[in-house]
Amino acid sequence: MLYFARWKAAAIVLTALVICLFAVPNFLPAQMVDSWPKWAQRHVVLGLDLQGGSHILLEVDTNAVRKEKLETLRDDVRRVLRDARIGYTGLVVRGDSVEVRVREANQTEQALTKLRELSQPLGGFLGASGQRTLDISNDGTLIRLTVTEPAIVDRVRQAVDQSIQIIERRVNELGTVEPLIQREGSDRILVQVPGLQDPTRLKELLGKTAKLDFRMVDTNVTADQVQRGNIPPDDEILYGTGPNAKTPYVIEKRVLVSGGDLTDAQPGFDQRTSEPIVTFRFNTTGARKFAEATQQNVGKPFAIVLDNQVISAPVIREPILGGSGQISGSFTVQSANDLAILLRAGALPAPLTIIEERTVGPGLGADSIAQGKLSSYVGAAMVIVFMLATYGLFGLFANIAVAINVAMIFGVLSMLNATLTLPGIAGIVLTVGIAVDSNVLIYERIREEVRGGRTPINAIDAGFSRALATILDSNITTFIAAAVLFYIGTGPVRGFAVTLGVGIITTVFTAFTLTRLIVAGWVRWWRPKRVPI
Amino acid sequence: MRLLRIVPDNTKFDFMRFRRISFPMSALMSILAISLYFFHGLNFGIDFKGGTLIEIQTKSGPADLAKMRATLNGLGLGEVQLQEFGAPNDVLIRIAEQPGGDAAQQAAVAKARQALGEGVDYRRVEVVGPRVSGELLSYGIIGLMAAILCILIYLWFRFEWQFALGAMIANVHDLVLTVGFMSLTRVDFDLTSIAALLTILGYSLNDTVVIYDRIREMLRRYKRMPMPELLNASVNQTLSRSVITHVTVSLALLALLLFGGQAIHSFTATMMFGVVLVGTYTSVFIASPILIYLGVGTGRDSLTGSGKDEKP
Repeated sequence: MLYFARWKAAAIVLTALVICLFAVPNFLPAQMVDSWPKWAQRHVVLGLDLQGGSHILLEVDTNAVRKEKLETLRDDVRRVLRDARIGYTGLVVRGDSVEVRVREANQTEQALTKLRELSQPLGGFLGASGQRTLDISNDGTLIRLTVTEPAIVDRVRQAVDQSIQIIERRVNELGTVEPLIQREGSDRILVQVPGLQDPTRLKELLGKTAKLDFRMVDTNVTADQVQRGNIPPDDEILYGTGPNAKTPYVIEKRVLVSGGDLTDAQPGFDQRTSEPIVTFRFNTTGARKFAEATQQNVGKPFAIVLDNQVISAPVIREPILGGSGQISGSFTVQSANDLAILLRAGALPAPLTIIEERTVGPGLGADSIAQGKLSSYVGAAMVIVFMLATYGLFGLFANIAVAINVAMIFGVLSMLNATLTLPGIAGIVLTVGIAVDSNVLIYERIREEVRGGRTPINAIDAGFSRALATILDSNITTFIAAAVLFYIGTGPVRGFAVTLGVGIITTVFTAFTLTRLIVAGWVRWWRPKRVPI
Repeated sequence: MRLLRIVPDNTKFDFMRFRRISFPMSALMSILAISLYFFHGLNFGIDFKGGTLIEIQTKSGPADLAKMRATLNGLGLGEVQLQEFGAPNDVLIRIAEQPGGDAAQQAAVAKARQALGEGVDYRRVEVVGPRVSGELLSYGIIGLMAAILCILIYLWFRFEWQFALGAMIANVHDLVLTVGFMSLTRVDFDLTSIAALLTILGYSLNDTVVIYDRIREMLRRYKRMPMPELLNASVNQTLSRSVITHVTVSLALLALLLFGGQAIHSFTATMMFGVVLVGTYTSVFIASPILIYLGVGTGRDSLTGSGKDEKP
């Protein structure tokens, strides 16, 4: 166990050195590291609990997706039957299905054929899953079209993908460093933004669907009708925002131009009143539609509707032909700015709900770093002194090995671009305990062998070979626990699992190679007559 | 320089005889811990219960807890708990989960923020919705079970099944006592607690495996030594290592406990209890003697065994 081939010794030292070197960028100023090649820049990322920031988990509203899907289907059915000149009655959404009754029984087959064209094969592997978006059945003249569960799941998946892109655009406008936006499971999105003082604004930007419509106000409906809730089926009652939150508006359901036709939106100030406003510009289609609508409706009010709230309902004084306009509506500078961001980024395909939020202020983060450092130093100092007192020279060897071990942990964490959290620091401190244990196991075994009457070199050799098997066994069990923690944990707990797992691997490596190498070197150099432990 | 010797060489404690005390004692403690869990319950944190946790720091002077409590309880948010957290100007606020789904939780935070006004710094805000908390709890339990199962299978491969079973009984006993400790001290039971339990499991097993390794070695070497004697010898031989290792781990944990701050305080306190107090006791007084009952080495000639086998 004590003999090392020259190349083996060199390989061990080189491996340890290279891994330790990867830890270097963590301790240098960022400007210096920036000029290095990409692979050398890898470093440990501080977790949100240490640098402060927000962790927000969003979920796509599956029910809203389902509802929207069913409403689109209903409109499609109407269009198909009209185009085919098939008379129908009672077209409704019922549960997860759209139902329609064909007037003439002899047209049922024709209607079914036409409607089947609405059902499309679902992606899968080359569409080989055999599943389709719709189940169509009939009971006499009553036709029922059911949206299949895989179709909903597929739509939710698309909604998540689109939402991620839109959220990225929105969050980037906040100008924060390294935000993380990623899919979690089938219907969730994780947003992590480091270094935010107050997440309120972030949450406002994330929580708004930002669906903008320009629609007409129905002026033929009297206030009395509104009170009784007796309004035409093509209208709906929407309320204003801010101070107008209780004002009802009767708005046509028909959309003149939608937010999808916007190309740009910027915050600004009204030239006359110097109130904050948002100016916008339409693309060609939007500009044409807007021009037509305003030409036909001069003198009538139209409404700017955002997420089913009326922002403002100005009267069209003259046709707006240039394809640009402005929205005013008791904005503050901030809210005008936010609305412009939302309009530029586009509308979310479905509403998102915040289902988990964890925010750590920068003050607490800095305190945690300080406490983590202090406790690590104190812990390390106590362990070092104790090992020296217990094992003397061999204690020194152990301390050197453990120090290299810790440097290697940082090196591996850097290579993995791992996240260091406060529990992660605790994990490193505990690893120090485990690393020391591997040395203790070896030394105690050597002492036993000495007592058993072996010569020093023999005892050291036997001590190593017997202790290493135990070290492997005992560390694998802890490693299993760490691996499970990694899979079930999130955020800080996962950070703990990573440092613990990495720590165990470096500990086993150090025990098997470096500690042995150090002791072997000492034996060759000093040819000891007795073992000093 | 004379080196520190905590455990003298060649100790000959009769650990196995102590099993007549340690087994009933452990059984009693386990029953106590389980009844604590059922009748006193665990103080579930927001990870598993849902709700809101806000840590604030007043900008000027110590916090007026009574006034804050009155303000927050007037908001109609149900149960609001306030607690000084580490320093007189540091306050931990817990708001119970609001009825009405995920959006209602966010609304509650907004209300609390408005009520607390400008005089405070928000150090931490955590909001866990009802669905997430349910998932976290089931993940936590599944994770713990999975870890126990994986380790059991590993030990079964490496040792005989009696060892695997013995280690499992011993370490589930550790977990049960630790859960009892958590119930007694009312520490928040959250994801970090699951991490603490898993680490305790890993550490205790680590310790048990070291002793089992030695027992296995002795079983091969001394074919005729009676089991109690062999187990005693194994535990005595590894005693020095057990003690030294636990001293170093305790030193590391002590540093975390004293200087690691409030955020990991309950984590380290639990670890201290589980690893240092229970884990050590278990490996010596439970994990080893239980092998006698599980039938390890029953084929031995325990009547004539003198222990003087051939030296390898």
